[in-house]
Amino acid sequence: MAFETTSPFKQEKVHIHIEPTHGWVALRLYELWEYRELLYFLTWRDLKVRYKQTVFGVAWAIIQPLFTMIVFSLFFGKLAKVPSDGLPYPIFSYAALLPWNLFASSLGQSSNSLVNSANLIKKIYFPRLVIPFSSVLSGVIDFAIAFAILLGMMVYYEVRPTPAIWLLPFFVLLTLIAALGVGVWLSALNVEFRDVRYVIPFLTQFWLFATPVAYPSSLLAEGWRILYGVNPMAGVVEGFRWALLGTQPPSAMIGVSALISLAILASGVLYFRRMEKSFADLV
Amino acid sequence: MSNIAIRVEHLSKKYRLGRRQSNSKYRTLSESLLKWASTPWRRLSSKDHRPPENIVWALKDVSFEVQHGEVLGIIGRNGAGKSTLLKILSRITEPTEGSVDLYGRVGSLLEVGTGFHPELTGRENIYLNGAILGMKRAEIERKFDEMVDFAEVERFIDTPVKHYSSGMYLRLAFAVAAHLEPDILLVDEILAVGDAQFQKKCLGKMGQVAQQGRTVLFVSHNMAAISSMCKTIIVLESGKLKLKGPTAQSIDDYQSTLNAPDDESNPPLQHGVAIFRGPTIASDHRVGTSIQSGDPFSACIDLIVGKEFVGYDLFCILMDSIGNIIVHAHTDNRNFHNTLAPGVLKVKVTFPPLWLKPGVYSLHFKLIGATLDGEKIRLLSDHIPLSIGGEAAGEALLGVLTPPIHWAINSADPGH
Repeated sequence: MAFETTSPFKQEKVHIHIEPTHGWVALRLYELWEYRELLYFLTWRDLKVRYKQTVFGVAWAIIQPLFTMIVFSLFFGKLAKVPSDGLPYPIFSYAALLPWNLFASSLGQSSNSLVNSANLIKKIYFPRLVIPFSSVLSGVIDFAIAFAILLGMMVYYEVRPTPAIWLLPFFVLLTLIAALGVGVWLSALNVEFRDVRYVIPFLTQFWLFATPVAYPSSLLAEGWRILYGVNPMAGVVEGFRWALLGTQPPSAMIGVSALISLAILASGVLYFRRMEKSFADLV
Repeated sequence: MSNIAIRVEHLSKKYRLGRRQSNSKYRTLSESLLKWASTPWRRLSSKDHRPPENIVWALKDVSFEVQHGEVLGIIGRNGAGKSTLLKILSRITEPTEGSVDLYGRVGSLLEVGTGFHPELTGRENIYLNGAILGMKRAEIERKFDEMVDFAEVERFIDTPVKHYSSGMYLRLAFAVAAHLEPDILLVDEILAVGDAQFQKKCLGKMGQVAQQGRTVLFVSHNMAAISSMCKTIIVLESGKLKLKGPTAQSIDDYQSTLNAPDDESNPPLQHGVAIFRGPTIASDHRVGTSIQSGDPFSACIDLIVGKEFVGYDLFCILMDSIGNIIVHAHTDNRNFHNTLAPGVLKVKVTFPPLWLKPGVYSLHFKLIGATLDGEKIRLLSDHIPLSIGGEAAGEALLGVLTPPIHWAINSADPGH
C-alpha cells in the first residue's frame, strides 16, 4: 500500500466544527488532557516567575506558614489558651496551616487567573480551564516545601505519624479539589463581575476563622461536627491532623466535606464551561 | 474526496454596545443585584421600558470556502469584521449564528509573542510560547536551533527577554510563530510590526509557508503584502462579504468601492471626533490605483470632523511593499490656534513625478491633534495600494528610483 508522500498532512484527519452553543455545554474534559503540556508549562511559568521576582525566592513558601504558626502559637496557644487536642500548639496549628495555605493561595491565584491571562484568552484558543487548573497546581510545590518543615517539627516534638498516614495524599487531593472548585467558580465570576477580586480577601479571612486551624473541632459537640463538615476545609484540616499527628478521626465530617468539595467542583466546571464562550469578549 | 480546508456558512457575530450606562464594560455585582432586584418592578410598570439595545453585527451572513493549499487574503476597512472572522475561525470567540468547518490542524497567529513573559529567558519563552501556540514539546525541541538561528539571538538565549531590544524580542517571537506547522494558518496583521528588515524576513517566511501547500488566511492592511502573497482575496465591508475573487482584480474593485460616494452606511465617528473616508488616488490619465512611474498623481481623502479640533497635523504617508517609508509629508499645522471645525473637509495631496521603481506601494493618511477637551486623537486611514507601472516593470532592479537619467559621455581630449 502506497502512502501519498506529497502531502504532509495525511497522518491525522482533524475536523473542527464551530457553531453557536446555547445553555449548558459538554464538558469536553478530554481536551484538558490534550492540552496537558500547556498546563505543565503554565504551571512551570507561574512558579518560575514567582520565585524569580522575589528576594527570598523559595523561602517564602516556608516563611508564610512558619510566621503564621508563631503568631497563632503566641496569641491563641499561649495567651488565649486555646486547647490543642493534647498536642504542642505549634505543631497542632502548623499541621493545619499547611492544607489551609494550599487552599487559600490556590483560591487567590485561581480566581484572578482568567483576568490576568486576558492577553492569552483574547489571542489564542485552548481549553480555558487550563488557566485556573495551572494556578492551583503551582501551589502544590509551595506546599511540598513547607511540608518538609512539618517533618522536622514532628521529629523535634517527637510526634509519631499514625498508620493513617497513607491517607495523606487523599487529603491533599481533597484540598486541591476544594480549592479548584471554589477557584473555578470565582475565576469565571470575576470575568464578568470585577467585584469578585475584592471579595476574595474577605472570603479567605472569614473562611480561615470558620475552619479549625487555630482551634480544634473537638470544641463542638459530636452531632454538630457533621454539619461543620459542610465547610470542606474543616474535614480536610482535621483529616490532616488525624493522619499525621493522631488526633480524633474526623469520621463522618470528612465524608460530608468530600461530598461538598466534589459538588462545588462539578458545579463550578459546569458554570465555567457555560460562561467560557463569552470570556474573550468580556475579559 | 473534497479538497475543502475551510467552509464558512452564514456566519454572523453580534456585539452589544452601550448596553450599560456606566463607561465600564464590566458589570459590577451590585449593578447586577440591583437589576435583578428591580426586575419585578420593571415588569409591573409598563411605562419604564428598556432602552433599545445598541446591537452591532460585526459579521453578517458571511459564507465562503477555501481549498487546501489556497492562500487567501482578507481585506476591508477598519471595523469591517476581518479580525472578528479570524477570532471565530480560531475559536477564541463564538459566532452568534452560522457554522464553520475546518479540516486540518489549525494554528492562529493573531499577534506575535502571545504569552511571552519578560522575566523568562529566551529559551524558556520559546518553550512557553510554543506550547501556547499548540506545539508539542518534542516538536519545539526539534525546531529549537532553527528558531534561534532565525531570530539571531544565540548569544542572549539564556538572558531574560526583558533585557532584549524590541527588535530582538520581535524576531524571537516571530521565530516561534513561523515554525508552527499547522495545516491551516490564520494570520492577522503581524507584519505591521518591526522594522523593514524584519518585515522583509517575515514576508519571506510567510511566502515559504504558503508554498509548502498549507492553507493560509491572511488579514492585512498592507495591500502590497497581500498582492504579493495571495492569489485570491475576499473583501469584507461592514461585516458582509463584499466579494471574493482573484487578487489583482479584487483590489481594483475594492478601490472603486472606496471611490464611490458612501451611501447610508457611514461608519460611526471614531471617538465621535473624526473619520477618514478614502483615500483615493488619481492621476491625469485615470482614477485608480495604477499609475506610470513618471506620472504626477494626487491622493485625495475626505476628513469628516465631528468635534472641534485644535493643533492638528495631517500626514500623507507612502510606503513600499515591505513598509519602508518613502514619503512622509505633513501639513505642519501643530500650532495651537489652528482649528478644524466640524464638517467635511476635502484633502488633496499632489505629488510631482516621483520616478519610483515599478512595483506595489501603499499609501495612507494620518491625523493627529486634540479636541478642545484635551483628548488626544490619532487617526489612521485605510492603506490603499498604489501600483507603479513602467518600462522596467518585471525586471529585478536595484535602487529605489528610476528617474529618466541622461548620460553624457564625451572624450576629455579637447583637441578633437
